Amino acid sequence: MREGDGSKPGRKELTANIFEQVRSVASDIFGIPADKITAESSPETIENWDSMQHLNLVLAIEEKFGVQFEPEDIEQMRNLGAVAALVEKLQSAAR
Amino acid sequence: MSDSIPNPTPAGHNPSDLRAEIDALIAQGTLDIAARRLAELLAELWRRDPAAGTASFVTARFDELREKTRDKLALPKFKLAILRSFTVEPIVPLLRAEAFAYGIDLEVHVGDFNTYVQDVLDGQSSLYRFAPNAVALAVRTDQAAPELWRDFADLAPEAAQQAAESVIHNYEQWIGAFRKQSQAALIIHSLEHPSSPSLGILDDQSDAGQSGLIRQINRELRRIAAGFHGVYSLDYDALVARHGREHWHDERKWLTARLPIAAGYLLQMAREWMRFIVPLSGRVAKVLVVDLDNTLWGGIIGEDGMAGIKVGPEYPGAAYQALQRALLDLSRKGILLAVCSKNNLDDAMEALEKHPGMLVRAKHFAALRINWSDKAQNLREIAQELNVGIDALAFLDDNPFEREQVRAALPEITVIDLPKNPLEYASAVRDCAAFERLTLSAEDQQRTEMYAAQKQRAGAEESFQSKEDFFRFLEQEAELEPVSDLTLARVAQLTQKTNQFNLTTRRYTEGQIAEMAKQSEWHIFSIRVRDRFGDHGLVGVAISHDEGDQCEVDTFLLSCRVIGRTVETALLAHLAESAAQRGRKRLVGRFLPTKKNAPARDFYPQHGFERQETNGAGSLWMLDLKSSTLRCPDWIKLKVK
Repeated sequence: MREGDGSKPGRKELTANIFEQVRSVASDIFGIPADKITAESSPETIENWDSMQHLNLVLAIEEKFGVQFEPEDIEQMRNLGAVAALVEKLQSAAR
Repeated sequence: MSDSIPNPTPAGHNPSDLRAEIDALIAQGTLDIAARRLAELLAELWRRDPAAGTASFVTARFDELREKTRDKLALPKFKLAILRSFTVEPIVPLLRAEAFAYGIDLEVHVGDFNTYVQDVLDGQSSLYRFAPNAVALAVRTDQAAPELWRDFADLAPEAAQQAAESVIHNYEQWIGAFRKQSQAALIIHSLEHPSSPSLGILDDQSDAGQSGLIRQINRELRRIAAGFHGVYSLDYDALVARHGREHWHDERKWLTARLPIAAGYLLQMAREWMRFIVPLSGRVAKVLVVDLDNTLWGGIIGEDGMAGIKVGPEYPGAAYQALQRALLDLSRKGILLAVCSKNNLDDAMEALEKHPGMLVRAKHFAALRINWSDKAQNLREIAQELNVGIDALAFLDDNPFEREQVRAALPEITVIDLPKNPLEYASAVRDCAAFERLTLSAEDQQRTEMYAAQKQRAGAEESFQSKEDFFRFLEQEAELEPVSDLTLARVAQLTQKTNQFNLTTRRYTEGQIAEMAKQSEWHIFSIRVRDRFGDHGLVGVAISHDEGDQCEVDTFLLSCRVIGRTVETALLAHLAESAAQRGRKRLVGRFLPTKKNAPARDFYPQHGFERQETNGAGSLWMLDLKSSTLRCPDWIKLKVK
């Protein structure tokens, strides 16, 4: 995909768009306002991000984007930025 | 009409705007005032976007609302315990959000992994302390029948058969032990079949293969369940098959998180549980009110005419026939059908009665409102005519604008959101949990015919000059019978639910009635009525007991559908005559007024009884049996068994 060709969203916009949706799902799952969530938000910064909530987040993201993560992917999800990057990778692999 | 109306969803009501509106309302802090509005918005959000994130959002807000307003919404509560062999936690928010949308405040208890045997056997377990209304035994084949699931190829045929029998035996033990501890409903997941049996196609060449034995277990589970009151089978294998075994299953999540169901299907598991929870909690619809144009048939009868509307065995009319088959199935389960349509009556009736492609006819509908008035008003009238509450109605209409209007005016109605494609209409109706039933009585199956006959009676009544002529025309037959094992349940049910023509409104259980029936001075009669239009079934109960030289009427009631046709006189005359035959001199009876039994107020004085006394509780009436002229009306044929 060429960047900024006007007819399709550029890579930067796509990335921003995916992160926006990941943020909205995380806001629902963790019960915190979206504007308090950044790409660096992680189990260290979000109090109730435990293993069950991690599973809930993974399932909600899989459902929302119609993707399936590999177990290795799930271990790598250190923060929400990494989650969004993985979604983008899986989506572009599917195209 | 319908297809020309654009999607009426206000621009502000996409999911993210709904979330913002909800949180703004909560931030205002006046939850007590906003409670109902908040509940509507939360339900709307869930309907528009039933996703995992939304479930967390909705349940968190609902819990906050309940806590901060001290449960102002006061939704009926239901407690479900899930005993499981796999991870169900991510399904719980979906299930609670779905229950909330059905108006149920659902609390869920999840048992520990694979402790279901101990939980069931130990009377002190957290399961019983939770005091559930229902328990789901969500155990997968790999846990319930590990030998058959994993090591099938290693088993000799006898050993395999033995393994299957021991699984069945175990279930029977657990269910029996559970029933000793709890009267809660028990929902047992059937065992799923392997997607690739260990012997390949050879497996299906005998009943004793891997799949065959699992089928045998499932068949036995159904048999065991049927032997207990309130134990039900949930066909988990059929649920998986319906959505596709390969799609349903997520091997990665199973191996890493003990969650066998893929993210996209967790909602389907929740909805399957709801099909039990809705009827168990009594939130069922008793009447389905349908629109006509572009719902029951394709096109608009008033514009397209008989030749233009689409309904028949070919596409696209077949989609509407499929919906009509679903409606007929509901009516066989005792759910009444009614029509509410903006149309000219003559046009609509012609299609309903004469269109060759129609499977549902005018006679299948218990009430018809075909006019140009507001649908909410028509729905209120239908509820009144059929003698049910507004919350017992479900509404089916292709037009989202009408649906939203009805929802806003009558929030207690079940509104079915029809998908855009008519090919999906039938499953939208079949999937609605409000139409699920856990048992079916003979009365349920005949309900539509009974209401249809009732309409014919009302029509006939208008054409007679005098009441007496009408009564003679009806050719009523009444059959009186002492209570027996066969009628005990219905007699108790009538004492519990008859409100209008009920002189004393005394409620009795089956056990109490059986106890009374054992005593020789007590006489318990039921009355069954039929006439030229059909059978009313068992519709009345009279309980009396002798004391000294008088007989006292303890209970006298009739279902409202036969009141005013002198059946009540026939029943009372029989009480008087049989008391006189037993040598009693007086028949006495009380009228105990309630909010609802005004129709019975003048019953005794109208039949020659004299008032003995009146106090705060009610009045006592007496008939002198020697001078009484009370007789069964000669237009009723009375049979005493």
